[in-house]
Amino acid sequence: MIKKTCLSLIIGLLCLTNVAAESVFVTLENDNALAIVDPIAGKLIKTIPIGQRPRGIAISPDYKYLYIATSDDNTIKIIDTVSFKELGHLPSGKDPETFALNPAGNRVYVSNEDDSLVTVIDVDKKKAIKQIKVGVEPEGITVSPDNRWLVSASETTNMVHWIDTKTNNIIENSLVDPRPRAVSFTADSQQLWVSSEMAGSVMVLDANKQQLLKTIKFEISGITADKIQPVGVVIDKDRHRAYVALGPANRVAVINAQSFEVEKILLVGQRVWNLAFSPDQKRLYTTNGTSNDISIIDLDSQTVTKSIAVGTYPWGVAVKP
Amino acid sequence: MMPSPNRILISLFFLLLLSTLQPVYAKAKLSINIAYLSQEQKIPPQLSNLDPFVIDKGLKGAELGIADNNTTGEFTGQQFNLVKFIVPIDGNVLDTFNKDIANKFQFVIVNLNPEQLNTIADLPAAKNKLLFDVATLDDALRNEQCRSNVLHLLPNRAMRADALAQYMLKKRWSKWFLVIGNSPEDRLYADALKRSAKRFGMKIVTEKTWEHTYDARKTTQSDIAVFTQVDDYDVLVVADEHSEFGEYLDYRTWLARPVIGTQGLIASAWHKTHENWGAIQIQNRFKEKAGRWMEEQDYGAYLAIRALGEATTRSLSSELKPIKAYLLSSAFALNGYTGAPLSFRIWDGQLRMPVLLAAPRSLVAVAPIEGFLHPKTELDTLGFDQAESHCQWTPQ
Repeated sequence: MIKKTCLSLIIGLLCLTNVAAESVFVTLENDNALAIVDPIAGKLIKTIPIGQRPRGIAISPDYKYLYIATSDDNTIKIIDTVSFKELGHLPSGKDPETFALNPAGNRVYVSNEDDSLVTVIDVDKKKAIKQIKVGVEPEGITVSPDNRWLVSASETTNMVHWIDTKTNNIIENSLVDPRPRAVSFTADSQQLWVSSEMAGSVMVLDANKQQLLKTIKFEISGITADKIQPVGVVIDKDRHRAYVALGPANRVAVINAQSFEVEKILLVGQRVWNLAFSPDQKRLYTTNGTSNDISIIDLDSQTVTKSIAVGTYPWGVAVKP
Repeated sequence: MMPSPNRILISLFFLLLLSTLQPVYAKAKLSINIAYLSQEQKIPPQLSNLDPFVIDKGLKGAELGIADNNTTGEFTGQQFNLVKFIVPIDGNVLDTFNKDIANKFQFVIVNLNPEQLNTIADLPAAKNKLLFDVATLDDALRNEQCRSNVLHLLPNRAMRADALAQYMLKKRWSKWFLVIGNSPEDRLYADALKRSAKRFGMKIVTEKTWEHTYDARKTTQSDIAVFTQVDDYDVLVVADEHSEFGEYLDYRTWLARPVIGTQGLIASAWHKTHENWGAIQIQNRFKEKAGRWMEEQDYGAYLAIRALGEATTRSLSSELKPIKAYLLSSAFALNGYTGAPLSFRIWDGQLRMPVLLAAPRSLVAVAPIEGFLHPKTELDTLGFDQAESHCQWTPQ
C-alpha cells in the first residue's frame, strides 16, 4: 500500500529514505550498527551506527521506540523508530546483553551476567528501581504476556527463576538442562519454553505449576549431537508451532506445539541465534551469527525463502509493522 | 540415548519476607566437602620477567568453582566446602593424604605430578574416593597407567598434538621440522607429536634435539640460526614444556617459518585470549577474584568442582556412587565456555573437551577443527578414542 502511495506521489526519493511497510531491525554486534531490512522487498535498506557492541533489542508495544543494549557502552539506548535518533538511555548496569520489556512497556528487566543480578528499570523515570539476586550468569529473560511472571535463566546455575512482577521477588526456581539460553512464554502465558545449549534440548514447563511437561531433543542426520545447541525459541500465538534456532547446527527446528513432535528441520545460516515473527506471524526472521545474514522463513509453506546479508555478527532482531 | 531429565523444584516462599537485594539462602540440606591437595613448587628459573611465577595455579579456579556452586546451592539447598592441603616442598603428600584426607573426604582435587598422582590413587585409603587430576598431561595415565578412581580434567599431550596437527593439516603445513628439548616431558610431547603426524599423514622431515645453551644472548644471536639450517620444511614444531629455549625460536630461524607446539602457536585447555561462548564472563569473574589471568590448572580445578556441583544437583546426592555414575553417564553435559558440551570418556576418565590454539595475543583456532569428523562426537578426534585406548578401566 505504501508503495502505491509513493508511486502516486511521485516522490521516489522520499520513499527510498522512508522505511517501507514492514521493518526488520537487526543489531550487528561487530559493526556497532543497526541494520534496517525491508523483508517484503528482501532488501537491506540501510545500516546506521548505533553504539558499541549492540546485542539485545526490543521494540515498544506502540512500535515507537527501539531499546538496544549497547554492551560496551554499558547502557540500553532508546531509539526513535522513524528518525533513528537517540532519545535517551536506561541505566542497565555493566555489559548488558539480554533484557525484556513488560507488555505495558514501562518496565525493562536486564540480565547482569557478571554480577548474577537482574536489574529492574522504570522506563518512564529511566531509573533502576530494584536488583534481584539470581543464579550465576543470568542470560535469557522474558515476561509472560499476562504480566504475571518475570523469568530469568541462569546459564551456569542451570535454573530458571520465577519472579513475581508485582513484588520483584523470586517465587520458584526450576532446575533445567545445562546452559539454558532463551526463555519464551506461549501467548496464553500457560507454558514456558526453555532452550538448553549444552544438553541440546528444549524443555516445556507448565507456567502455573512450574513443572516439566516435556523435554524435546533433536536429531539431524549427518550432524553430531554436540553441534545441536538450541538458542532462540518462539511459539506462534495459536500455539500450533514453535520454532527453535539450533545454533552451530545452522538450522531451525519446527515443532508441533501441541504434540511436541519435531516436524521439520530448516537449513538457514551459520550459527543461528535469535528469532522473531513478522507481526502477522506469516514469516519468521532468523539472525545467523557467523554467516552475517538473516534468513526469512515463510511459515505457510515452511520454507526458507530468502537470505539477506546484513553485516557482521547479526545478533538480535525486532520487527515493526 | 535420551537422558531422562532430572529436575527439581524448590519452593522458596519465605523469600517473600526477605529483601531480594540480599543473597537468598535456602536451608542447607546437603553438604559436600571437597579436599584440594597440592604441593609447593620450587620457583623455576625464568626466561624473562614478563610472566611472574604463579604459586596458586589451580587453587583459585577451585575457589571460583566453589563460589559458583554455592550460588546455585542457595537455590538448591546445597553447600560446597573446599578444604585445601598445600604440602610444603619438603613435606610428604602421602602422609597428608593418609592423615588429613583419607577418613574425611570422598572427593579430592589433586594438583600433583604424575608419579604422586598414581601413588595416591593406589593407596588403600583412595579406593573409595574420586580423584580429580587437574595437572597431568601424560598419555600413559590415560592408557596403561590409568586408574579407575581418577578423572582427568586437562587435555593430555595426545589431544594437544592432535589439535595442532589438525590445524597444520588444514593449513597444509605438512612438512615438519621437529625440535625437542632435553627433559623427559619434552620427549613425551614429541612422542605425542609423532603419533599425531602419523595419524594425520604429516611428514617429519627433520628431527633435532636442542643441545645448545639456554643463555639468552648466545642462543638468540647465533645458535638458533645455525641450529635451524636444515632441509626445507613448512613449520617448526617445538617440544619444550619448560620453556627453556622455545620462546627464542620465532623470528630467528634460518628460513622464515612459523613456530608451533609448546611455544609460538600453542595448544591449551584455556587461554587469556579466549572470549567466545561466554568465556569473557568467566575470565572477568576469575580476574576479579584472583587478581590474575586464569591458568590451565585453574580451569581444570574449576571444571572439576563444577562437574561435582552438576552431579550433586542432578543426582540429589552427596555420595560417591551416584555422583560418579552421573559424571560417567550420557546425561552429563558440562559447559566449559568452549562451544561444546564437556563429558568424560568412559574408557579412560579423560574429560572430552575442545583444545584452544592460541598465539600470545590472539586466539587462532579451536580444535576439533571444522571438517574433522567422527561418528559420535568430533571431540573424540582429539586424543585416544575408545578403540585406541590401552586403559583397562572398570568404572566402579
